[in-house]
Amino acid sequence: MEHSQNFVLFLVTLNQMITVSVVLIFAGLAGLFSERSGIFDIGLEGKMLISAFFAAAVSFATGNVWIGVLGGIAASMVFALIHGITSITFRGNQLISGVALNFLASGLTVVLGNAWYRKGGQTPTLSGDARFSEITLPFADALRDVPFLGPIYAEVISGHKPLVYVAFALVPLSWWLLYRTRFGLRLRAVGENPASVDTAGISVIRLRFVAVLIAGVLCGLAGAYLSTSQGAAFGREMTAGRGFIALAALIFAKWRPWYLLMATLLFGLLEAISNLFPNIDVFGLFTIPVQFTQALPYILTVVILAGFVGKAIPPRAGGEPYVKER
Amino acid sequence: MTLMKKILGATAALALSAGAALADPAIIYDLGGKFDKSFNQAAHEGAERWAKETGGTYKDVELQSEAQREQALRRFAEAGFNPVVMTGFAFASSLEKVAPDYPDTKFAIIDMVVDQPNVRSVVFKEHEGSYLVGIMAAMASKTGTVGFIGGMDIPLIRKFACGYVQGVKAANPNATVIQNMTGTTPAAWNDPVKGAELAKAQMAQGADVIYAAAGGTGVGVLQAVADAGKLAIGVDSNQNYLHPGNILTSMLKRVDVAVYNAFKTGPELETGIHVLGLADGGIDYAMDEYNKDLVTPEMLKAVEDAKAGIISGEIEVHDYMSDNSCPVE
Repeated sequence: MEHSQNFVLFLVTLNQMITVSVVLIFAGLAGLFSERSGIFDIGLEGKMLISAFFAAAVSFATGNVWIGVLGGIAASMVFALIHGITSITFRGNQLISGVALNFLASGLTVVLGNAWYRKGGQTPTLSGDARFSEITLPFADALRDVPFLGPIYAEVISGHKPLVYVAFALVPLSWWLLYRTRFGLRLRAVGENPASVDTAGISVIRLRFVAVLIAGVLCGLAGAYLSTSQGAAFGREMTAGRGFIALAALIFAKWRPWYLLMATLLFGLLEAISNLFPNIDVFGLFTIPVQFTQALPYILTVVILAGFVGKAIPPRAGGEPYVKER
Repeated sequence: MTLMKKILGATAALALSAGAALADPAIIYDLGGKFDKSFNQAAHEGAERWAKETGGTYKDVELQSEAQREQALRRFAEAGFNPVVMTGFAFASSLEKVAPDYPDTKFAIIDMVVDQPNVRSVVFKEHEGSYLVGIMAAMASKTGTVGFIGGMDIPLIRKFACGYVQGVKAANPNATVIQNMTGTTPAAWNDPVKGAELAKAQMAQGADVIYAAAGGTGVGVLQAVADAGKLAIGVDSNQNYLHPGNILTSMLKRVDVAVYNAFKTGPELETGIHVLGLADGGIDYAMDEYNKDLVTPEMLKAVEDAKAGIISGEIEVHDYMSDNSCPVE
């Protein structure tokens, strides 16, 4: 079935929206868990970077991309643990700890990369089973001829790499965990009023460590997605600020899982549009330059933060280390 | 205590005299890093070739951040390295400040003109080489749509784009060229993931030959194009070997020659502006065993004719940086 050029472009835009928003979904959910428990996490970027490096390095060494993903998650969890120890156990400043982790990741990946591969911080290019390949969902080809919905199923929903589906499955899972389980209630409470949680006889320290480590796992997935799924090697500084865009998405979403999905898809859509249509001509009256589309996520976040459209209220105990009364 | 002082003094004097007497050359790579498989790597190869041929030694450093430019320049000049070569336009403002402080040290900057008495500025006619690969792209394209992906949006990269478009239109006036720049900050040289997404976007719009002039970002472009079984064109270094069968050619910018020449002449480096183009072999396109099956005799003939025409002055390729505009889109 032949489609018009415009319809094909529409499908391609949606497809790119999904591939570029996945990394933001992982990182945004990581920030969600951490910040909902009262621990600000500005080190999403660093955790993603270290995970991207180790995922690529382990995939290259073992030839199996799933082991590589585990390697990335492990590296990211080590970083998360450092963040936990400095900011929960020793009650250090959470922002400074996060910034320090970002610097550490940026330096460590290049130093290790140079020492192991002598390619200026890059890892060797991954091929075959050492990287992810697309999976076609059942009936994608059979349903292709169904008008409108068929091609959307075949081109947009099917044909992505495995981690994409993992990301989209994690959104409802996170919602369920946070809003429908006892653990989730406690986790949210510890970010709002840790003293009351403590009074109920639940360990604030333990809950916060669990939240920070969940963030580590999710950042690990985000980093592994970059180097083994979207790309096929690690390159220095390859996260290129995506951790901070994820933080912006988290604020935009007012620290809620479903809103986060919408925010990341919107940011992904804007990036897809700027990739596909660098300069948008508006009825021949004026053109929207590509820089505007690229900056729009930040502009929107600032607008939300300023309280023009709804209000973004962060968890009340966020950023403050918990001190038990003596 | 006095003994300690003496020893310290002696070592310091030794270090100073050693530095001054050796006058080894030094090179500073830009943020892409010396193994970016492109621009900086070409510079690295030039330095290595010099070291192998002369048996000399040199010092090099890879920058980690913008802030280190001036610091690295001063450190090398202070230690007595001569000449000090730096790769990349971004060094211009730092060099402008540092060069007058070390009048006896010769500096060489690639890709930018710095007007100081002890500086050699090496610039390339990238538009000529881009014109040639543009001809090849238009002839190799089956869809009549080709792509260009630049790194950071600066006039130098627009110069590549403009030469390329002129070449494409010369071979096929009806061809469409889709152009994308990766970004507006130096991070755009190091974002292979975004490069791959841009390449996929261009291929979705029908492009089947994509020229990447984007440093480390280009690695992602070439990967995405090779994965899709389309054709890519490399830049600066010969990148044909990266994905044999999927890289049509590479636009060679002989940064290695510029570095090699600067190292070879040593402290007696001739200063002023040096322009390298097709005529003196500073710019070329790559043909080797990896791409010989992709380039047909007709393509080769058309490119060779154009090359001869540019050298003789018969074909004039517009330089974007001469007036900051491009006559064709």
